[in-house]
Amino acid sequence: MFDFGKWTSAFNDWLLGVGMSDWLAVIIECVLIGVAVLGVYTVLALFYILYERKLCAWFQCRLGPMRVGPWGLLQVFADMFKILIKELISLKGTDRFLFKLAPYIVITSSVVMLACLPWGNGLQIIDWNIGIFFVLAVSSVGVLGILLAGWSSNNKYTLIGAMRSGAQMISYEISLGLAIMTIVLMCGSMNISDIVNGQADGWYIFKGHIPAFIAFLIYVIAATAETNRGPFDLPEAEHELTAGYHTEYSGIHFGFFYLAEYLNLFIVSGIATLMFLGGWMPLHVTGWDGFNNVMDLIPSPIWFVLKAFFISFVIIWFKWTFPRVRIDQLLAFEWKYLMPFALANMLLMTLCVAFGWHF
Amino acid sequence: MSDLKNNILKVYPDATFEEGDNLLLVVAEDKWLSVANDLKNKLGFDVLSALVGMDWKDSLGVIYYLTSTSHDWQVLAVKVLAQGDRDNAFIHSVSSLWKVANFQEREAYDLVGIKFIGHPDMRRFFLRNDWVGHPLRKDYDANPDLNPIRLTDEEHEDDTRSFQLDENGKVVEVPGKVFEADDYVVNIGPQHPSTHGVMRFRTAIDGEIVKKVDVVSGYIHRGIEKLCEGLTYPQTLHFTDRMDYMSAHQNRHCLCMCIEKALGIEVPRRAQVIRTMMDELMRISSHLLSFGCTAMDLGATTAFFYGFREREMVLDIFEKTCGARMSMNYNVIGGVIADIHPDFVKDVKEFVRIMPSRLKEYHTVFSGNIIAKNRLVGVGMLSKEDAINYDITGPSGRGSNWSCDCRKKHPYAAYDMVQFDEVLLDGCDSYSRYMVRMKEIEQSCRILEQLVDQIPEGDIRAQVPKMIKLPAGRWYQQVEASRGTFGVYIESTGEKNPYRVHFQSPCFNLVGVMDLTCKGNMIADLITIGAALDFVIPDIDR
Amino acid sequence: MPREAFKNNEYIDQLVEELNATGANVVVGKFDELINWGVANSLWPLCFGTSCCAIEFMSLGAARYDMARFGFEVARNSPRQADYIMVQGTIVHRMASVLRRLYEQLAEPKYVIACGGCAVSGGPFKNSYCVLPGVDKIIPVDVYVPGCPPRPEAMFYGLMQLQRKIKVQKFFGGVNRKEKIDQFFAQHPEQEGQIG
Repeated sequence: MFDFGKWTSAFNDWLLGVGMSDWLAVIIECVLIGVAVLGVYTVLALFYILYERKLCAWFQCRLGPMRVGPWGLLQVFADMFKILIKELISLKGTDRFLFKLAPYIVITSSVVMLACLPWGNGLQIIDWNIGIFFVLAVSSVGVLGILLAGWSSNNKYTLIGAMRSGAQMISYEISLGLAIMTIVLMCGSMNISDIVNGQADGWYIFKGHIPAFIAFLIYVIAATAETNRGPFDLPEAEHELTAGYHTEYSGIHFGFFYLAEYLNLFIVSGIATLMFLGGWMPLHVTGWDGFNNVMDLIPSPIWFVLKAFFISFVIIWFKWTFPRVRIDQLLAFEWKYLMPFALANMLLMTLCVAFGWHF
Repeated sequence: MSDLKNNILKVYPDATFEEGDNLLLVVAEDKWLSVANDLKNKLGFDVLSALVGMDWKDSLGVIYYLTSTSHDWQVLAVKVLAQGDRDNAFIHSVSSLWKVANFQEREAYDLVGIKFIGHPDMRRFFLRNDWVGHPLRKDYDANPDLNPIRLTDEEHEDDTRSFQLDENGKVVEVPGKVFEADDYVVNIGPQHPSTHGVMRFRTAIDGEIVKKVDVVSGYIHRGIEKLCEGLTYPQTLHFTDRMDYMSAHQNRHCLCMCIEKALGIEVPRRAQVIRTMMDELMRISSHLLSFGCTAMDLGATTAFFYGFREREMVLDIFEKTCGARMSMNYNVIGGVIADIHPDFVKDVKEFVRIMPSRLKEYHTVFSGNIIAKNRLVGVGMLSKEDAINYDITGPSGRGSNWSCDCRKKHPYAAYDMVQFDEVLLDGCDSYSRYMVRMKEIEQSCRILEQLVDQIPEGDIRAQVPKMIKLPAGRWYQQVEASRGTFGVYIESTGEKNPYRVHFQSPCFNLVGVMDLTCKGNMIADLITIGAALDFVIPDIDR
Repeated sequence: MPREAFKNNEYIDQLVEELNATGANVVVGKFDELINWGVANSLWPLCFGTSCCAIEFMSLGAARYDMARFGFEVARNSPRQADYIMVQGTIVHRMASVLRRLYEQLAEPKYVIACGGCAVSGGPFKNSYCVLPGVDKIIPVDVYVPGCPPRPEAMFYGLMQLQRKIKVQKFFGGVNRKEKIDQFFAQHPEQEGQIG
């Protein structure tokens, strides 16, 4: 596979070569990376909005956006311009500072998570030894934003939405973490590049067979709940709480929640790809050398993004198929079934690893 | 009828009777509470079908229509004149005997201004609490300066009152509060996606658990009954299409039947069959919408689109024959306004052929889904006794195993010539109500299948006089609308316009059980229960 | 739909003429165009149905008519996030204050479509003691869609008229919404400041 690391280190060398001091080079690189991340973030979020709208139309025997631009491709840009100029309403009786802070917390947490994902061979911004642990930690910051949004709006609907969201996300984070830990057990490292490299000869979902597959299922369920998507979209349950925790937000502040919701979908799909489906590794079948060579020709970022899109497709499919669960059913499902199951599964994985039962 | 008279005379020797299409018993107000008790407990009149507040200019009063489920659905009308002068007219409340009277008495208080003694919560039901006057009184002052368009919120929403008699027989007002001081009240509606229109539930919650639901209605009260009094009989017809717009044909059918009964018009057989088929198509369309909305309220948005896909087929059939997708204005006094479209038979056959496979699809997509079942089964329990006491008819009543289908009890139009089953389920929960609807679609298809090939030749309209004047008297007619028993009460003084028209809508009763069924459930269940009861708000408010 | 296919557009034509008469800065004009294109193509409705028209609006969203094609399908339940109210159904006295409040809760730029006979003029219930004879008595209306209820096609026509109307307004000056609302209050002075 082509290593993008060569490009990045060549660029670094060039910066140092023209006589820049270390710190200046680092600052320039940071700025460039920051711009790149934000650019990717926006493009992906816009793509996801259209992706979901088209998919949902497809499930519902409709056409979906098709009038604005060819195949409705420009629809999301129209939405973006509209939302940028919408009035930002400030309300009486709200905690102004927290009210305005909340969307930024939500969006920051998802940008930081996005930055941790390995996009391709050598295309990774932060790669340290607690990589996946860091991602999990940052993902819990998002819920803080939602709680603040619900509480500071001084509205009963948003408060109920925020409380639901808090209960839901804190609960499902456990299963999510346990599912990820199952794979970490197998791989023996929390370093993201180690995890990806460990799958060069086979994705973990195949290598870890039964426990890895169960962990994958648990992960997908918990991730759906973590991103507040149907059938677990209780925090914003449209038909109960009008718009849930972001009822009182307008304009770009609402846009941040909206973008973050879609980007979180990509992020959880990206993590699933990373943990179970080999990250940016191409699909290899042992023995089919010709096939494997062709697969190697496809650049690694495309592999990563396509796999993530596939997982997102499944999660979107959930949303447009299932009814919404009730809050008590939601919590009972997590604490009575999902979490004990995930724990038992982790034990199973421990045994597999200890006795070398995996491939 | 004479049996009934004798039985009544046994419990109430002072009874006087008036003849009409139903036996009418006149009761003096001071005896009313005890007579009502006997009528319910000794003579088995366990359903209060309608309560009509009346203003006879010289006196105010109420006409009650009672039905006995045990005695072959015998109907008895009771007339009670209010005591006291016009400002303080009062009648004793029967809301403790028939729970359904709770909201109906509030409506009568609101529109006619009769105070019901002993009613626990005597607030206005439809109009703003700062409204001046009672619009259905004949001497109502319609001056817009008295009741201008107010753009301020209503004040003192928590205040309620009840009326009692003191020892001198004078009416005294006892103030009260709707909610306790430390209740956490969430306002659901009037603009809320799941109230199916502009209904407002003030809900006291404890965490996620609902403690009390206060129904605040009237956000679409258009004063149809008052409007009817100023119009001729053919002109009143179009309002029925706009009350429960999902039962447009049945409602209009009912009003036409009531007027035809009063005029003694025999409707041609062809018109009867066409009316029956239209009623059943309307029922299917309504149940399909109800399926879609239930699914959507529960978060399964896709199922909604499936329901609407088939509904469009029904609307196409309507459009070809009636010329409109909604508000069809198809039934007229004496028959129907236009003959069926040449494609009608073909389209109906095609629809009946397709529908069973589509129903199977719905069950796969939604009814069989484990999440949907968990959300619906055991939620919003309503026992058969409560269903009768609250007069919950239609699919919701039949979901509580109460056999209450007007098409079986007093067959009208062409229902006597078709075979169909009355769907009864004994789950008493939201799931049963939902399933009754799905099964009724099958039964409606069965009726259509039987009728589609035997539409008799003949006239579509009977000869009616140019100027329709009903003789003096009162008539009450019921039909089975999509959501339950729909009743029309007409009182005429022999003029060309009615003296009083009252529509007894099924949804009015449905919304009355919201508090009972939601208590102890969660907020999310309130939405489920509302969706499964499937009320249409303009039908409640009229 | 080509521009010529629209009929009865004197009002919009007049608006265009007015705009052309005053002229606009090139940069500002282009920005205006871009933003108007965005706003016009991303009209998110507020779910606000009171009676029969609401059912036809649901048909508009369903598969046969599919308003998603135009990008109208993101129906918001919170007025803060919606772009226009489509008043579907009769507005009665009790509802009037609620409607007015919802209108005020919408974030700018905001529009109103009066949909159906009842919202336009009170419709068949005009003579009633508690029906508002048209919503334009309490809020400024941009587009009127007659019908009882209007067919989904009519609703589309109304929505497309609104799009056209948006495309000729100026965000950075000239004809803007604030001015129009001030005009509305000038016509109905009694209503100014009734709701804070």
